[in-house]
Order: sequence, then C-alpha cells, then structure tokens
Amino acid sequence: MRLVLCLGAGVAVLFLASLLVGPAGLAAGDSMVALWQGGEGPVAMVMREIRLPRALLALMIGASLGVAGAAMQGYLRNPLADPGLIGVSGSAAFGAVLSIQTGVAGAFAFALPAFALGGALIGVFAVLALAGPRGSSLTLILAGIAISALAGALTSLVLNLSPNPFAANEIVFWMMGSLADRSMVHVGIALPLIAVGCVMLANIARGLDALTLGEDAAAAMGINLHRLRLTLIFGTAAVVGASTAVAGAIGFVGLVVPHILRPLVGARPGALLWASAFGGAIMLLAADIAVRMILPERDLKLGVLTALVGAPLFLHLIYRTRREGL
Amino acid sequence: MTLLSVENLSVSLRGTRVVDSVSFDVAQGEMIGLIGPNGAGKTTLMRAILGLVPFDGFSSLAAIAPTVRGKHAAWMPQAREIAWPVDIKTLVALGRIPHLTSRAALTGQDAAAVQKALAHMGLTEFADRTATQLSGGEQARVLIARALAQETPLLMTDEPVAGLDPSHQISTMTCFAGLAQAGSSVIVSLHDLGLAARHCTRLLVVHDGRLVADGAPQSVLTANLLRDVFGITAWTANTGDGFVLQPLAAL
Repeated sequence: MRLVLCLGAGVAVLFLASLLVGPAGLAAGDSMVALWQGGEGPVAMVMREIRLPRALLALMIGASLGVAGAAMQGYLRNPLADPGLIGVSGSAAFGAVLSIQTGVAGAFAFALPAFALGGALIGVFAVLALAGPRGSSLTLILAGIAISALAGALTSLVLNLSPNPFAANEIVFWMMGSLADRSMVHVGIALPLIAVGCVMLANIARGLDALTLGEDAAAAMGINLHRLRLTLIFGTAAVVGASTAVAGAIGFVGLVVPHILRPLVGARPGALLWASAFGGAIMLLAADIAVRMILPERDLKLGVLTALVGAPLFLHLIYRTRREGL
Repeated sequence: MTLLSVENLSVSLRGTRVVDSVSFDVAQGEMIGLIGPNGAGKTTLMRAILGLVPFDGFSSLAAIAPTVRGKHAAWMPQAREIAWPVDIKTLVALGRIPHLTSRAALTGQDAAAVQKALAHMGLTEFADRTATQLSGGEQARVLIARALAQETPLLMTDEPVAGLDPSHQISTMTCFAGLAQAGSSVIVSLHDLGLAARHCTRLLVVHDGRLVADGAPQSVLTANLLRDVFGITAWTANTGDGFVLQPLAAL
C-alpha cells in the first residue's frame, strides 16, 4: 500500500515537472493557468500543444514498457526477458523506417505511426504463426528472435540502399527514440491501443502468479495457458507497437524497471505488473525531463539516454544477483 | 463414492505407446502408491489423468471443465519449480487459486487453509522466509504444503519424497495417510518400495505403460512381481509394526 502511494506520488511529481520544463522558459504559475484555461496566447499553445502531449506520452509509454516487461518476465520466468523479445518493436521500427524511406511519412503526417502499427501487426502474426498457438515459452522466444532478426536485417537493408542521405539521417534519428515534437494526435493514436493492451496484461496477473510453480502446476490449477499466452502476445503487441509507433525504439525500460521493483512487491509477478507500470512511467518521465535539461540545444534522444542509464544499472543488478549466488 | 475413474486410458508420444489401456477407480479414503521402474509411464499416466496430455480413453478428472478441475484434484509435479524469490506463505497461498473468484483477494477461509497446510508440513516458523533460499528438501515440503492448501478431495503427487531426509519422508507419507483417513484420497508415485509397502493402502504397479498389478501392498509385492517388474530380490515380512519390505539385490 505504501508502495502504491510512493510510486503514485513519484509519477504525479514528475508529470508536473515535465509540464514545467522546456526551452520556452515559462513561469510555472502562468503556464499552469494557461494549461487550465486554454485560450489563444502563446503560453497556452506551448502548454497544450507541446508540453502536455509530451508529458502524456512519457507517462503512457513508460507505463506500457514497464507493464509489458513485467508481463514478459513473469510469463517466461526469466528476469532477463524484455518486451522487445517477441519481435514487435523490431517490426514496428521496420514499418516506420519504410515509411520514412519511401517518403510517405513526409507526404502524410500520420503515415509513420500507421506504418509502424502495420509493421507491429504483421510482426505479431508472424510470431504467432511461427510459434504456433499452443507452443511452449521456448518456441515463443525462438520465433520472437527470428522475427526481430529479420526485421533488423530489413531495416539495415533499407538504410543500406537508401540513396538519400537525409532520409537515412532521419531514419537513424527516429530509431533512437524520442518524444520531441509530438502532438495530441499522437496521444490519440497511442492511447486506445495502450489502454486495451494494459487491460489485457492486467488480466493475466493471477496466471503469472500461478506460473511461479511451473506450467504443469499452473495448468492443473485451472489456468488456461493457451489463452494466457495469446493475451500476453496481443497485449504486449498493442502497448509496444503503439509506443514504438509514436516514440521510436526506447530500450531498457521494460528490462530494468521490473528488475528494480521486484524485491519491493515480494517478487510476486502479478503485483509486479502494476508496480512496473508506475515505475516505467517514472523512469520515462524522468529521462524525458533529463534530455531537455542536459543538452537542450543538441536534441539528446530519449532512447539513447535510457540505454545509457539502463545498461550500467543493469550491470549493477547482475553483479548483485551474482553476489547473492542466485 | 468414486473420486476418480480411469478407463482404457492410453497415451502415445511420438508414435510410442507410453501408457497402454490403463483402467482403475479410486474411492474415498485411499492412500495409493503408484510404483514402477524408471520410464514405466507413471508421470505420463498421472498427467493424462489430469488432462495435461492428450490421451485416448476416459478419465473422469479430465472430463471436468479445466477451470474447476483445480477444486477436485491437486497436482504436485516432479519438477520442483519455484521461479521467483517469494516468501513461503505467498507460495503456499498459490494453492488457493482454484478457489478464488476472479479478482477476489484471499478470504479468512483461504488464510486458514494456508496455515493448516504450513502446520502439516512443519513450516509454520518458516512462513516468512524466501522460498528460493531453502534447501531442495525444504522446497519439496513447501511445494507439498502448496498442494495441501488446495484442499481437494484428490491429491496427486509425483515423487514427493525424493530427496527428503528419512524423518520427513516418513512424516510426509504419514501426512498423506492421515488425509486418506480423513476421507480424501492420495495418489503418490514413488520409488521407495519400503515406504510404499508401509504407508499405502493400495499399490498400482506400472510396467511398460501397462497396469500389471493393483491391490493391497502385501498381495501385490510378491517375489515374482519384484523379479519381473523391478529386477530385484527383497526380504518381506509381516511384523508387529505391519508389512515390511527391504530390497536386497539387483538381478
């Protein structure tokens, strides 16, 4: 209960901070009033059209990556699992890259997220077709790795053959992941999918708890493992596909956040789901504030920062795990 | 009342018949030992009865809807899996999952069942310790407690006493026998014929997938059966403490 309050307070404070930080250098009081009252002034424009969508996306995508990471780790019973493991983020990125390369993204503003979602959808069905609806967790990992590798190779191929250095540049920057210059329309695209995906993932909490005892024991306790697996795949695909479509590839959140929070929920995989949703939102809101404060002129990419912070943190966790001999 | 009815149950895995036309019934209050050499088909038979592998024939348990099956039979698999460092209380409480309606938290009745299961396995003082930090034998006792917390009329366990010290082997078998006396039934697969002879009310002997003997320990564990199925000789006797069997030599 205390954990809910702490994490909830953390999310609220960082969300507020995210609204108040930016290159426009607005006064805190004015900007909140403008956000609330709206109007035609420049302050209201900045708050409603730039900062609010940015803060909302950080909140939604952080929560998505956190909950998807916790669900994937719980299902595979492996603390090293990551929501990208089922190949959805790779295939979403490929779809996005294709739209940039072909110029469709420039022609229609929302072609990029639409292509990314299409890529995610094709990716998830390819994984399902490869892994089979009734396979084990191992076939799911193998299928996910195969699709990720293929999507990665195709992305490289597009870059390789790109005759246009500007498109190549844009692709590389897009793939680093960012929340800069997103609008409320991006929020509108991602929100329904993220909401549906989060509800699906919240529904498998008890199944994940039962899986602590292994697949056989869980099945004998009445957990429908086939349904659980499908819910996991489609739920993860919805939240990760939507996140990648609007923000690009942001790594390490889904891997590190559940790992840090696990001891605080008594290692229960079901309880870890909501905790990781809060934790992911905290990590991404904080990282997105940081990219605006550290190098405001250089447009530091969010995905680069999460990887820079996440990787050493992860090394520390590995070290601690080794020391405990677990 | 019959708790379980198995008729002509067969399982084929990759073209090999692993379980071959097994039929038996389980009444209330039976403590059944499922014995047989390695690879005889004991585990596959139990998993088929529970509906965890496809089979031909009939199992009354597999015929029940999967979501309510967990109220009729508890299953403790041979692989002692504890994936996360949860505390013992939490792990044992997982056995209450079949009794919970969706989203509901544990009730007082559930908590009482968990306490009872912990007490049965002598784990009450350990309740707050982390399950993954226990020794293998202690983990086995925790997992048995988890199955007990399910409070089902039928308990099926696959080699629960392997790796336990003698005292806990005996107390576990006594606990199962106590459940049977209280009206539940227990099917336990095991390799220790001495424990099987001493604590079970009925033995099922499986050999090459077929049920080759079914009855009271004394009538089943004959010199001929021990030779043909297990390839051993054994010393048996009716003592003041009941029927006793000590394996002597491999043939």
